[in-house]
Parts: sequence; structure tokens; C-alpha cells
Amino acid sequence: MVDYGYELVKVCGEKDLHIWEYILEEESKESFLSKDEVFEKMRDSLKVMQAAAEHGMETEVKSVSGIIGGDAFKLSRYSDEGSTLTGRVMTKAMARALSCSEVNASMGRIVAAPTAGSCGIIPATLITAGEALGKSEDDLIKALFTSAGVGEIIAKSATLAGAEGGCQAECGSAAAMASAAVVEMMGGSPDQALNAAAIVFKNILGLVCDPVAGLVEVPCAKRNMAGTVSALTTADMVMAGVMSKIPFDETVSAMHNVGNSLPNELRETALGGLAATETGLKLKKMVLSSAEASDGK
Amino acid sequence: MRNYSAFDIIGPVMVGPSSSHTAGAARLGKIAKLIAGVEIKHVQFMLHGSFAQTWKGHGTDKALVAGILGMDPWDARLKDSLEMAAKQGIGVEFSSIDLGDVSPNTVKIVVTGIDGVVTTVVGSSIGGGNVVVIQVDGDDTEFTGTYPTLLVHHTDMPGMILKVCEVLYARKVNIVSLKVFRSARAADASMVFELDEALTEREIEAIREIPNIKNAKAINL
Repeated sequence: MVDYGYELVKVCGEKDLHIWEYILEEESKESFLSKDEVFEKMRDSLKVMQAAAEHGMETEVKSVSGIIGGDAFKLSRYSDEGSTLTGRVMTKAMARALSCSEVNASMGRIVAAPTAGSCGIIPATLITAGEALGKSEDDLIKALFTSAGVGEIIAKSATLAGAEGGCQAECGSAAAMASAAVVEMMGGSPDQALNAAAIVFKNILGLVCDPVAGLVEVPCAKRNMAGTVSALTTADMVMAGVMSKIPFDETVSAMHNVGNSLPNELRETALGGLAATETGLKLKKMVLSSAEASDGK
Repeated sequence: MRNYSAFDIIGPVMVGPSSSHTAGAARLGKIAKLIAGVEIKHVQFMLHGSFAQTWKGHGTDKALVAGILGMDPWDARLKDSLEMAAKQGIGVEFSSIDLGDVSPNTVKIVVTGIDGVVTTVVGSSIGGGNVVVIQVDGDDTEFTGTYPTLLVHHTDMPGMILKVCEVLYARKVNIVSLKVFRSARAADASMVFELDEALTEREIEAIREIPNIKNAKAINL
């Protein structure tokens, strides 16, 4: 497995492979499993993603703390009514992202992609793009390998953890991975795919991790929605021929550097940002007191 | 540079909401169950740091108990674990503790078996659903459960590693890592083997029969 984006583009060019094909080959080599076995293993992950993306659109899902829930259901109905501004594709994608986050917050089953906090972006983006483009289930699995490859490169030289790099490392990376995969799904080259990932990073650089009450709910669910929208719109921009002025690897290193310069308060500690607002603190008090009450303390 | 699997990045499949506070907690519970190795009557969970502060909203309590019941982090029944434990007559109890200079998500689990034997496990959830066990029954240790693991309790003396390795070598089981700990020279000691393959019950029994070995346990998640 290569270490950097430029190497990935080079090796795919030399071997005439898509990113997903190269990642599948590497995974098979490293894991001592056949390519078919690796592919089917990813199908299992896709099934869990599909269920998580649909569940919250069909029923109102409430989080364990009771702070969030029911928003995917609202958006799904609004989308079906047909009077939306950004259209059915975008509103469905938004609803799916919220659904995954709500399922996660209600102790439902999700796939960390790359983390539980950012688990809605890749499913929502890929399932919705696949639906709009008439792609098969196998195409979605291929797109998951493209996403994984981009994520592996980010993990190697930067981080995917909010506690280290802020939300830009979690939701930012998820959106970059998703956008690259959609570009490849739409027939874009490996270079174009990484340009999409680079543009996504440029637009989310500096985003802090400031979860209210330390829970993966506020603002995480809505940031999954925003990451999904960014992934989809950026894919369209790249397919129109727009490229990133700053290369992918340099945006990853910028993300890492920005993450390192974020104060501790803005890296998942729930001590700053939205977590430290008046309402954020009120919600925290509410969650903690209900925890104590149910514990009989 | 460290290599990642595609499934480290797209994965794990897990019950939410938090890979460290939920998935990792379930894993620690399951490891404690396997180390205890008996039918369980009562479990006390002492939560340290961030575990103690945010356990309720993250379902850390449900995840820990699910692990004690043998569930994996992706088991959809995880959120019903407290009711399931009550039905099975397993008592559970939660409290806070300050364990000092350990990772923020650390738990001390005290398992009491129906035979009255008490097993104590201290472990930390270190992110992405990964865990590390740092103490068993008061003795320092270090293993993650990622690989089939063999815990051996013995008396510190020359040749003990060799004798266990002879059993492993008989079936050509490859060792990933080996760590040795002791309280004092010629006193209580322990070994932790991480292996590429799980051992059979017969092999574990053969290790238990080696003179000066007090106990051997397999932890296969």
C-alpha cells in the first residue's frame, strides 16, 4: 500500500487501475484472503450502512439521551412532498446522513466510517449518488474501497480522530473519502478523485470537535449532513473539470497541522465551542441529572 | 508508516454511539467474562475518567454488561443487556473510581462467579473500538485481544517460557508477541502470548500440567 496520494495516482496510472481495484488487491494481499472474500466482507458493511441510512427515514429515532432524533424522518417526508429547493437527490442524501447519526445515537448498528461520529457521510453520499446514477450494489462496494483507500492515506500521514484533529479529521475526512468515491463512480480518474477530496478538505479546514455533553449528537448529526452535501456538490464540480489548486497531500498535511494547533478545548473534550455555550451547558446538565436520577443516586 | 486495512477505515461494524465509550466497553466486558471463565453471579464496574463522566449518554453501562453476557460490539441486542442480565439473575453495580495515571476511558471490573471466586480486570478503551487490558487480579499485564491470547500464571524461574513454547511449537503456532511480568525474583510471574491461531482446550490443558505453572487461560474474542 502506498503512503501518499501522489503515489496512489501514479501506481493506478502505471497499472491502469481504478483506486478501488488497487485497494482491493492490496487488501487481499495483506489479509491473506481472496479478492472475492474481501469484496464480500465489504458487502456486509454496505448492508449495515443501508439499514442505518433507511431506518431513521421510516421511523422517528430518538437518541439515548433524548437530545436529538426524528429529524431524518422530517426531512424524508419533506423530500417526498416535492417542494424542496435543492431537489430530491440532495434532500434524500441529507436525510440518510441524519438517519445514520440518529441510529448511532440510539444505540443502533452502524459502520464506523471512518468513525462512529462521522458514520453518516459515506453511506448517505454513496447510496444517494448510486441511486441517482442508476448504479448497482457492486458499484457501491467498489466505491467503499475507493473511500477506504483515501482514508488509509489520510490515516497514515494525519489522523481520523476528533480527539486529535478536531471534526475536520472525522467529518472532513469522511466527506473527502466519499467525494473521491463518487467521482470515481461517475467515471472520473484517480487524479480527479483526489482533487475532489482535496477540495472538500479545503472547505472544512479548521472545523472543531465540540460535542455538547460529550455525546455524539449535537452538533455531530448535522455535521454529517453538511459533510454529505459537500461531498456530493464537490463531485459535481470536479466532474465539470474544476481541479484543486492545492494538491491532495498538501491539504491532508494542512488539516493535520491545523488539528495540532487546535487547543485542547476544541478536540472532543466538550470544554469549548458549542459545548460551552449557554444552551450546550444546559443540555449537559439535563443529560447528567437524568443519568443520576435513573441511577437512583 | 503504519499500514491500515480497508476495514480499519470502513469499520468496525458496531452498535453506537461511540467506538471508545460503547464498542470498546463491550470488548472489555467480554474479555473480563473470558478471563473469569465461570458462570457469573455479580459484576461490579468501577469507571474512571471520561468513562465515569459520560457513561450514561454513551450507553457504556449497557455495553459493559453486554460484554459480560458474551456479546460482541456489533450485537444488536446490546442495548437490552441490562434487562437480559437481570433476567439471568446476574447482579450489576456501577460506581466511579480514580485509578490514577491511566487512559481516560478505563474501567476496573470485579467479577464474582457462582462459585464465589473473584476475578479483577482493569482495561482501557483506547479509540476506534480497540482496548488494552492492563491488570488482571492485581498483576500488571498488557494485551489487546486483537489476537488469540494466552495468559499464563507461573513461578518465576529459568525455562518457563521454553516449556510453554514447546507446546506451541508442537503445532507450529506462531507467536505475535510475548510479554513477561513478575512481582519479584522466584515469586509470582505471568506471561502473555499473542498468537496467530487460537489454542485448543487440550493444548491449554497441556500447558496447565507443566510443573510450576499455576494457571493458563485462553482469551479468544
